Amino acid sequence: MSRMAATRDGYGQALLELADNDRVVVLEADLGKSTKSLHFRKEYPERTISCGIGEQNMLLVSAGMASSGYIPFASTFAIFTERAFEQMRNGVARPNLAVHLCGSHGGTHTGTDGSSAQSIEDLAIYRTLPNVTVLHPCDDVSTRLLTKQLADSNKPSYMRTARNKTPVLYDDVDQSTIQIGKGIELREGNDVAIIACGVLVSEALKAAEDLSQQGIQATVIDMHTIKPLDTDLVDKVASRCGAIVTAEDHSVIGGLGGAVSEHLSTSSCTPLERVGVKDRFGESGQADEMLELMELSAPHIAKAAHRAMNRK
Amino acid sequence: MSASISELEELARRCRIEIVKMVYRAQAGHPGGSLSEIDLIAALYSTTMRVRPEDPDWADRDRFILSKGHASPGMYALLAEKGFIQHQDLHSYRVLGGICQGHVDMKWCPGVDFSAGSLGMGLSFGMGCALAARLDGSERRAFVMLGDGEIQEGSIWEAAMAATHHELGNLKVILDRNRIQNDDFCQEQMRMFDIPAKWKAFGWNVKEIDGHNMEEIVEGIKFLDSSNDGPSILIAHTIKGKGVSFMEDNPSFHGAAPNDEQYALAMSELGVVE
Repeated sequence: MSRMAATRDGYGQALLELADNDRVVVLEADLGKSTKSLHFRKEYPERTISCGIGEQNMLLVSAGMASSGYIPFASTFAIFTERAFEQMRNGVARPNLAVHLCGSHGGTHTGTDGSSAQSIEDLAIYRTLPNVTVLHPCDDVSTRLLTKQLADSNKPSYMRTARNKTPVLYDDVDQSTIQIGKGIELREGNDVAIIACGVLVSEALKAAEDLSQQGIQATVIDMHTIKPLDTDLVDKVASRCGAIVTAEDHSVIGGLGGAVSEHLSTSSCTPLERVGVKDRFGESGQADEMLELMELSAPHIAKAAHRAMNRK
Repeated sequence: MSASISELEELARRCRIEIVKMVYRAQAGHPGGSLSEIDLIAALYSTTMRVRPEDPDWADRDRFILSKGHASPGMYALLAEKGFIQHQDLHSYRVLGGICQGHVDMKWCPGVDFSAGSLGMGLSFGMGCALAARLDGSERRAFVMLGDGEIQEGSIWEAAMAATHHELGNLKVILDRNRIQNDDFCQEQMRMFDIPAKWKAFGWNVKEIDGHNMEEIVEGIKFLDSSNDGPSILIAHTIKGKGVSFMEDNPSFHGAAPNDEQYALAMSELGVVE
């Protein structure tokens, strides 16, 4: 059994490791205990700015600090970042200020808090903003590494992390292979490619295992960077496999599936099936129950793989 | 830094001429709020702002955040007078590729510290600048110009509360209380009742002045300079469109350009000799 961890813990760890850089500041909106910025607050209270329950203010205080040479990491629940979308758009992305916004508790996997807390549109909306890098890592190791890279990126970003634990995939891999903008090929096959992000990466691996029992060899990609999309890798696996499935705990509209299909529409006629939340809201339930209810779990990904292959 | 009252008044008059010219040339823009704010901005830059026109990105400069960013002609006119940009640049107002974008933008125009255009954002941004200054151990200040209609935005009050919580004595606000917003008089759109009391209740240092009386403005700026125990706000009672008779107190000139006849009259009233 592999180690289990939540990506938000990787975020909290990264902030601590970034603290040597005295330009790094952390901003909170009363959810530091949840997003895991609290560890930084404990060690570096003078560089932690409480904005109370005020996300709009938090985004623009971050922008002001970035304009003065600081590297702000601001976090709240993914759903509440959306309240400050226009601040992110006009105050951060437009002047290209390197504010790093982290939305934790993304997706229906967040669970029993119910639909009001389950952001299923964050990746889609932030992906529309020029200048903004959009990330959704799948384990705590990659979250930690990618967060640390953001500090040097000099561009604004949005990163979604998840509340609940998922299998850790990168404890024993060469960490230099985890880079913003580069998808990671976790499994190589020639029949179908499953491009996944976040909590569905481990589900995609399970689906690939099930498919291999049926004699189908699937490629699995961890596409932790939604924007800029690793289009070279998409083209490579489209050409090799001839069928693609995207998988995300996010609306089927506009997220990873949207990004991949937009790209493929300009480069090839590869059949594509999108696994995601089917234009509906969630409800209260355990994380695993939500993946079943929303038809996001491994069996549903495997079914989508068959559909995609049948369209070759 | 020791401009006389008459010099400040003359500076503001020259800026008013440029404001009307910019909006007339573009046949678009926001003259009313530019004319109401200009005495305040002219005095601010002439008496207290620590900036270097030849080095507009100087890291330790005071920041000026025009949160009511539609009133950009006033800002551009002042920046030209102070040498941040050339007078010729004013012809680029609202013109494709021009540094004088419709709303002030830090990515386009030297001397602009904030990309404005969406109301309710500048106070938070200024708070970030003030926090950064404190972390740097710097004496620099963040001055923020708000419109009165703008404080109907809820995010203003998030920032108002947070600035007091963080005891930001280096955050200084001027409120251009011209009593008119886009559609109509504020009184008709959203009554704001006792504005000074609201800021006081949020823990701010508050002073009210006549925003067109240069002596009172200079005193008001001294109040901002000397109030360092927490955030401060100067509520300046102004007249929208001040200096051009037909624009004064007229909601129609929040965001409209004068026609040829009106332009000639405005130039005449502002003392332009043909």
